[in-house]
Amino acid sequence: MILPLELVRVAYRDIIKPLSIRIDAGPTTIILGANGAGKSVLMRLMHGLLTPTGGQVFWQERDARRARRLQAMVFQRPVMLRRSALSNLLYALDLAGMPAVERESTARRALEEVGLQHLADRPARALSGGEQQRLALARAWALHPEVLFLDEPTASLDPTATREIEAVIRAFDAAGTKILMATHNLAQARRIGDEVIYLHQGRVMERTPADQFFSKPVSAEAAAFIKGELPWA
Amino acid sequence: MGVIFRAVLLLALSLSAQAQERFITVSSTTSTEQSGLFKYLLPIFEKKTGIKVHVVAVGTGQALDIGRRGDADVVFVHAKPLEEKFLAEGHGVKRFDVMYNDFVLIGPRPDPAQVIGMKDVAQAFRTIKAAQAPFVSRADKSGTYFAELELWKAAGIDIAKDKGPWYRETGQGMGPALNTAAAMNAYILADRGTWLSFKNRGELDIVVEGDTRLFNQYGVMLVNPAKHPNVKADLGQAFVDWVISADGQHAIAGYQINGQQLFFPNATR
Amino acid sequence: MGSLGEATRTALALIAGADPTLAGIVALSLEVSLSAVACATVLGLPLGAAVAVGRFPGRHAIVVLLNALMGLPPVVVGLAIYLLLSRAGPLGELGLLFTPGAMVLAQTVLILPIIAALSRQTVEDAWREYEEQLRSLGATGFSGSMTVLWDSRFSVVTIVLAGLGRAVAEVGAVIIVGGNIDGVTRVMTTAIALETSKGDLPLALGLGIVLISIVIALNAAAYLVKEAAQRRYG
Repeated sequence: MILPLELVRVAYRDIIKPLSIRIDAGPTTIILGANGAGKSVLMRLMHGLLTPTGGQVFWQERDARRARRLQAMVFQRPVMLRRSALSNLLYALDLAGMPAVERESTARRALEEVGLQHLADRPARALSGGEQQRLALARAWALHPEVLFLDEPTASLDPTATREIEAVIRAFDAAGTKILMATHNLAQARRIGDEVIYLHQGRVMERTPADQFFSKPVSAEAAAFIKGELPWA
Repeated sequence: MGVIFRAVLLLALSLSAQAQERFITVSSTTSTEQSGLFKYLLPIFEKKTGIKVHVVAVGTGQALDIGRRGDADVVFVHAKPLEEKFLAEGHGVKRFDVMYNDFVLIGPRPDPAQVIGMKDVAQAFRTIKAAQAPFVSRADKSGTYFAELELWKAAGIDIAKDKGPWYRETGQGMGPALNTAAAMNAYILADRGTWLSFKNRGELDIVVEGDTRLFNQYGVMLVNPAKHPNVKADLGQAFVDWVISADGQHAIAGYQINGQQLFFPNATR
Repeated sequence: MGSLGEATRTALALIAGADPTLAGIVALSLEVSLSAVACATVLGLPLGAAVAVGRFPGRHAIVVLLNALMGLPPVVVGLAIYLLLSRAGPLGELGLLFTPGAMVLAQTVLILPIIAALSRQTVEDAWREYEEQLRSLGATGFSGSMTVLWDSRFSVVTIVLAGLGRAVAEVGAVIIVGGNIDGVTRVMTTAIALETSKGDLPLALGLGIVLISIVIALNAAAYLVKEAAQRRYG
């Protein structure tokens, strides 16, 4: 178990002001905020892609490599290697240290989970945007992570693709993976989220269960955001 | 990085595994190689002794320098004062005369300076200058150019000071300079080898030849194994011995361009 | 224009005649340059990839140095290697001077910076796209850089061809360390230099046309392979 995750007075330049937060297993956590609020930076600090300029990030598992191995991240734009869809998954499983004999079956099961098994041998980059994002989720699925970070995963997709992605995210949740998703899409947050961390100019304004957040936000900034009045960064 | 360098060296060495065959390295001059002599002569030597000869043909100065560094087994050039200096420095074992080729004074058939048939080339040079007849000089620091300068000196003329518009310095190699002379109907000093192969003669022909000052003496030396232990002394000596032997001398005389002999063997035992 | 026509006819006659001396010269040219390219690629690609993703003191200086060394004058490289390999020099014992091995060494030194510098740029540009995802998956710096390098393989083909072009085209290095020995270290470029200095320009031009034709053929072959592979893998 790598959760709970503790951020102790974590700061990043002037983008994230020192904040302390604890992430537990269970509820799907949405990190909500306007563009430029610092959502992406916060996610990357948690996942270890950025080193905080102040404070510390603690997983339950102290070994950084083992902690990383049980996390996965999906970005706004999927990054695929110039190989087949299946090979991309095999590569990730190889990096994760899975014995060679298990890799192919695991990869194929993951492709099935997201409905891409028929595209296994297609060049990954030839897939549509929505399919590539599903492939990225399949790659994460194959790793059976404890925590799945998603940084605005559907911002570049059309509504149909968005729904497909959200379905996969729900499947992750059902399988017990902790979901941490950054988004500025209120409707999506409402659909998927169990709790909301609202970020404004690098500060956590509030942290509330989802239904409560949308009906009775605590902070004025959150209220303005929900009403759609916040200017875009 | 050191491992990498060594790996490349190993590859380079394996590619040069032909070091197994018997061969010597002879440093000589570009004009000698370009005359075609080696292509004719060396197969004869190889057939007789089984020794292959690798000729590195560069400028005279560089050829001797290669010998000084011990990168050649034999030096075969035509610059006696420089060769004797080489010997005096201890880089050579002994110097032997091998052969000579000669320069010829080429001129237009109309012969404005009237030098045809002269036996004294210095006199011919004086006559050409007096007549202000067009004369093409290579002016390119080649062996031929230095020979030309020596002849002006022998004629008592300071050509650097006394040249006029009749003296055309082209900075070209022998072939291109002959082309220029043919186009201008000018006089020009040329080595016999290039002249014999030269096709674009126009109205040019040999006007003066045979003066010993036109002779270009070749010498051969074994690089000193005492100073350069890597030298293939016995194989190199075999080459030196053969080249001055009756057999080698006969072969040299047998080399012809367009039915004309180019090199005149003159080794003395 | 007349000499160009004569040169073309000479070139065609040379090729059609399948002259064994010419064949030997062409074979040696390819052997030397392809060997040098192979060495420089094996050394230069990982070097470029490592510098691209690495963060270490002096990194900027190394990048500038690699870029600058792309412009190494061949004749200077030739001279330096000559002094190294001469019997009077530190590596004289190897007896490599005036052999094809010396030519391979010189050309490897010449094109290594090209391959390293260009692959560094390629990997660095691609790394910006891949870095976060690869680090998320647990790829360490070096293995990640090699993954990116392989993913950029189509650009790498062009880089290798640039190195090959430079090697096949140069004369300054090989003529000094090889000695242009007839039948031993004479390659196309040194043969052209020789014929030019002899004043036999049609032959020199003819050889030049043969050389360029070979280089075009090599490039065309590489292009076709690249296109086929690209269609398969995107």
